[in-house]
Amino acid sequence: MTGDAPLWRRREPEAGYDVVIVGSGGHGLATAYYLAREHGIRDVAVLERGWLAGGNMARNTAIIRSNYLWDASAGIYEHALGLWEGLEEELGRPVLLSQRGVLNLAHTTHDVRESVRRVNANRLNGIDAEWLDPEEVKKLVPIIDITPALRYPVLGATYQPRAGIAKHDLVAWAFAAAADALGVHLIEDCEVTGFQRRGDRVVGVETGRGPIAAGRVALCAAGHTSVLTDRLGLRLPLQSHPLQALVTQLLEPVIDTVVMSNTVHVYVSQADKGELVLGAGIDAYNGYGRRGSFATIEHQVAAAVALFPVFEHAELLRTWGGIVDVTPDASPIIGRTPYEGLYLNCGWGTGGFKATPGAGHVFADTIANDRPHPLAEPFGLDRFAAGALVDEHGAAAVAH
Amino acid sequence: MLLIPCPWCGPRDEAEFRYGGQAGVAHPQDPWALDDRAWADYLFVRDNPEGWFAERWFHTSGCRRWCHVLRDTVDNRIAASGPATTQAPDPGTGRGGGRADPSSPATAPTTPGRRA
Ligand SMILES: Cc1cc2nc3c(=O)[nH]c(=O)nc-3n(C[C@H](O)[C@H](O)[C@H](O)COP(=O)(O)OP(=O)(O)OC[C@H]3O[C@@H](n4cnc5c(N)ncnc54)[C@H](O)[C@@H]3O)c2cc1C
Ligand SMILES: [Zn+2]
Repeated sequence: MTGDAPLWRRREPEAGYDVVIVGSGGHGLATAYYLAREHGIRDVAVLERGWLAGGNMARNTAIIRSNYLWDASAGIYEHALGLWEGLEEELGRPVLLSQRGVLNLAHTTHDVRESVRRVNANRLNGIDAEWLDPEEVKKLVPIIDITPALRYPVLGATYQPRAGIAKHDLVAWAFAAAADALGVHLIEDCEVTGFQRRGDRVVGVETGRGPIAAGRVALCAAGHTSVLTDRLGLRLPLQSHPLQALVTQLLEPVIDTVVMSNTVHVYVSQADKGELVLGAGIDAYNGYGRRGSFATIEHQVAAAVALFPVFEHAELLRTWGGIVDVTPDASPIIGRTPYEGLYLNCGWGTGGFKATPGAGHVFADTIANDRPHPLAEPFGLDRFAAGALVDEHGAAAVAH
Repeated sequence: MLLIPCPWCGPRDEAEFRYGGQAGVAHPQDPWALDDRAWADYLFVRDNPEGWFAERWFHTSGCRRWCHVLRDTVDNRIAASGPATTQAPDPGTGRGGGRADPSSPATAPTTPGRRA
């Protein structure tokens, strides 16, 4: 919050809404905003069981990029990046988008081939991408160790100059303020515990604060989506895992871009204040406790210190975790369900922050028109039974 | 950090194990009898409960055998474990699949079943 005026009004839930959105992360808030702004649907409530944007939205490492291999992924993430670039103007509030560039390191011959292929695929899709050799990586990131002696030496990197980070809390608050101004009700401390049905149609939700009728119900409950759909007997190809991040003490500026490595599995950027922000992979096992295992921290810190020897002097300040839902192909599920009036936006796994404006934009369009937005169409639930290419984590250019 | 009770080696650090997901998912007896949706279900859909979960772990750095473990996915309490050749523990009752700690009586979950 800035100044004295709250960014959004505290509301009591009403008996019913045209659209009820479950979950007030970035995706839920953006969806509500675009429903109101682009589709004129303003009778919308966003129900949040905790506090606004206190889930993964408040816990991520804030990396934004669109250098995905698969055309459909490149399509939706680049759509999001385009929206990011105009977001401060659109919402009239700062989100501190910092296009400081993202490097994805390659450490093996296979990595190199995959990376060069991805650069070419990105360019064919009109996405800025370059292949850098180790010397060029060193020029951008002077503190990185590019000597061949490393267990996993740096053999090069892909580079997306337009990629970067944004301040996640500010993003959420900007969407919240803009949605509130358009009449959307943002209701915290209101857990959805079940659904009201008429036959195969969902007509409302049960909540900790009583039943709420709804013309349409849209799930943006990252990490907990299948817990909700279980109550309808709808099983989804989702597994929920803890994902953690950590920050160090404040340091002098040492790195002014974002460096990611899937092979040794660490991501790092430096916050404006000076903390090094480090992320890694999910815990292998399912979990809903918002703390990850120490073994993951150990691996990520070891990888970070090997790549950036100066990090060995940094004190670890704090670690935390979120719960992400992962699909078999590391791609989201967006669209309709076998229940009329129930829409899914889930499965963004470890990478949904970068999609926030794009996900909200195409999801709002999908809900408003009761058919998938063209950019969302490849991400329908039916792809798993339709013979589509599945089990392609590499295609999404993410590791888990 | 999980302390996973291997039925053969006793309680060991999670770093020694590989995760195998949901326990008791049998290969369809007659795959040709399944339609696309049922086949996709078998391939891609697993339970994902917030609460007790019967799962498989492989003791990679130990005896290199698979076991079943009954774990609460919210607070990581482990209620039971047993050889993978036995019946997977029942998330509803917490029974079956042997005991969590071979040296002490079985600790059945106090609040079995899915969390609210
Ligand atoms: C440690 C970590 C690092 C990450 N790093 C990145 C990154 O660098 N780049 C990137 O692109 N992505 C990253 N992600 C992933 C990204 O944060 C998520 O994909 C994205 O935030 C998901 O969308 P969301 O913002 O709507 O989710 P959330 O913010 O999690 O929103 C879901 C909301 O639903 C609420 N909810 C759940 N169940 C109910 C219910 N029954 N009733 C009411 N409300 C409910 C939750 O409380 C929560 O507020 C990271 C995630 C984590 C945890
Ligand atoms: Zn063993």
